[in-house]
Amino acid sequence: MTWLTGNWPQVLELLVGHLVLTVPAVGLSVLLALPLGRLAWRLPRVGGPLLAAATLLYAVPALPLLIVIPVLIGTPLRSSATMIAALTVYGVALLVRSVVDGFGAVDRGVRDAAVAVGHSPTGMLWRVDLPLALPVILAGVRVVTVSTVGLVTIGALIGVPSLGSLLTDGFQRGIVAEVVTGVVVTVALALILDAALVLAGKALTPWAARRARGPVVVSR
Amino acid sequence: MIEFEHVAKHYPDGTVAVRDFSLTVPSHRCVVLLGSSGSGKTTLLRMVNRMVDPTGGRVLIDDADVRDSDPVALRRSIGYVLQSGGLLPHRTVADNVATVPLLTGATRRAARSRALELLGRVGLDESLAQRYPAQLSGGQQQRVGVARALAADPNILLMDEPFGAVDPLVRRELQDELLRLQSDLGKTILFVTHDVDEAFRLGDEVIVLRPQAEIAQRGTSVEILAQPADDFVRGFIGADRGRRSLRLATSGGRQVAVDLEGHAVGILE
Repeated sequence: MTWLTGNWPQVLELLVGHLVLTVPAVGLSVLLALPLGRLAWRLPRVGGPLLAAATLLYAVPALPLLIVIPVLIGTPLRSSATMIAALTVYGVALLVRSVVDGFGAVDRGVRDAAVAVGHSPTGMLWRVDLPLALPVILAGVRVVTVSTVGLVTIGALIGVPSLGSLLTDGFQRGIVAEVVTGVVVTVALALILDAALVLAGKALTPWAARRARGPVVVSR
Repeated sequence: MIEFEHVAKHYPDGTVAVRDFSLTVPSHRCVVLLGSSGSGKTTLLRMVNRMVDPTGGRVLIDDADVRDSDPVALRRSIGYVLQSGGLLPHRTVADNVATVPLLTGATRRAARSRALELLGRVGLDESLAQRYPAQLSGGQQQRVGVARALAADPNILLMDEPFGAVDPLVRRELQDELLRLQSDLGKTILFVTHDVDEAFRLGDEVIVLRPQAEIAQRGTSVEILAQPADDFVRGFIGADRGRRSLRLATSGGRQVAVDLEGHAVGILE
């Protein structure tokens, strides 16, 4: 605790740095995974190979990826941009499958009826498919968010500051309190972001909540 | 007016849903397609709003080939009621009813007041407007489905076994409601069912279908009951099992109509 009392401004700064890496990476993952997942769901011939590729991508170890990305997109090696790009690769790889599963979980009868009463293809996406796929997609976003919060710490190895810096620094200088602080704050951040997503999900899918606790009228 | 001109539907795997079907549905009438599953009746219905395109022949609405119209605009101009409602589970009752007005760009305010008016029209209380479909009973959901179909004030209503999933008592009420609505509104209705009693109650004309949408008989319920065209029709409407043959019995000074199996079906006034 004494270590934290003396160093909390630094921890706070690293926490902000951690968020600045996490939030854009998750946001970009969602933005990229939605159209890719939609495509994979609509065209299963494209979807199969796409999902296989996503799985392979997720299997690429983090350190090599952090070295390959600057070569591919021209970002400096020790930069937030490189880190965010790498995190986005993992995020998309995880999330594409959730998006495909989400669209696949939309009831066929509901889709058919929605088309029959006159939804255009765009109307189907925004008014029917996306809202109904949301619970499954959101479950994927939660996994990606927690995993990204964890992965961000690896950035410390290439010198991108985050809560991971507490771990590398603490190990090198043998300060146990610093390592513990890094672990605890990272886990707490993951839990808080996850809880925020759960709340957002409840706000975005009011029909699901009402179904569970709303009064069901038994008579006509 | 809806016209089917020698329509056919062959699927790539060789299945024939409809072989060669022709029919005119006159304006402001209710025509019922009556057949068991596999008779192609739902396929015929879905050809009208282009959910299915025929592989042969054509479907005309007021002399215009539906194939020449944009499917989305066509579907918005036709009311469609399906079995089990087909409501959007994530939209409130009011939003479900207002689906088409909202899609065609009505203001939320206008769509909402239209929805409330229609809820009253189909016998639902306005207090249900903010509920979600899962919070309604099957019968209520069907009423919402009918209200949604009427929202854009279409000339044509397509009804695909709309009352098939509710219990007989509620079904009867919904049928009464439809008859009442129809006498007010005079829509052109194409109604699909496998329920003979429902067909006879609702249809100005009933088309009895064999497999592959071959017309076994067409006529009013009276004509079909009085003179079934053949054994198939006789079997389908139950004339061969004595259910449609009544005799009179006297009990307590009143004349009771009894079928050949001895079950009482009504009182002779």
